[in-house]
Amino acid sequence: MSSAQALDIATTIGFALLGAAMLMAVIRIIRGPTLADRILGLDALSVLGVGIIGVFAVRTGLYLYVDVAVSLALVAFLSTAAFARYLLSRGHQ
Amino acid sequence: MSYIAAVLLVIGALFSALAALGILRFPDVYTRLHAAAKAGPLGAGLILLAVAFASNDWAIAIRAVVGLVFLIVTAPVSAHLLARAALKIGSPLASSTSIDEYENNR
Repeated sequence: MSSAQALDIATTIGFALLGAAMLMAVIRIIRGPTLADRILGLDALSVLGVGIIGVFAVRTGLYLYVDVAVSLALVAFLSTAAFARYLLSRGHQ
Repeated sequence: MSYIAAVLLVIGALFSALAALGILRFPDVYTRLHAAAKAGPLGAGLILLAVAFASNDWAIAIRAVVGLVFLIVTAPVSAHLLARAALKIGSPLASSTSIDEYENNR
């Protein structure tokens, strides 16, 4: 098995696993039951997005996508922090 | 290098899938945070490490490692913020919880 072939198989497996993981996170966002669960699901979805962009960078060979992944991680952290502050200020649901 | 990258990529995707499975299956928001805040960033970080190995370019490898460090540093912070907010607004614990040290001072 050549190295390009190995990367091809690995990225296919990675896409399948990450797609299934994103589906599970979306089910959690839809089902709730509390707002904290939905925020957690959104945070997980962004982190999975970082992973998918990484797999995409390896698959296509366009390594500039690493910058996109890093900035998505930054935005994911900021959005989770903002949502947590919102949850605190909103008080009891 | 490509073989290392392929192995890391599959392991990282596996960790991400297991984290999502934990988010789906655990009984309350605190245990779900436990899955999402540890296994999730580890999976994404391993994939970024795989990108670093596959690229064969120092500039890209360093950027990927910086992204990994950023993920590892911020994940506990955001998880702590979210757990604190959920506790303050009184998110219910699972019925199987045996010790609740915050019972008296929420």
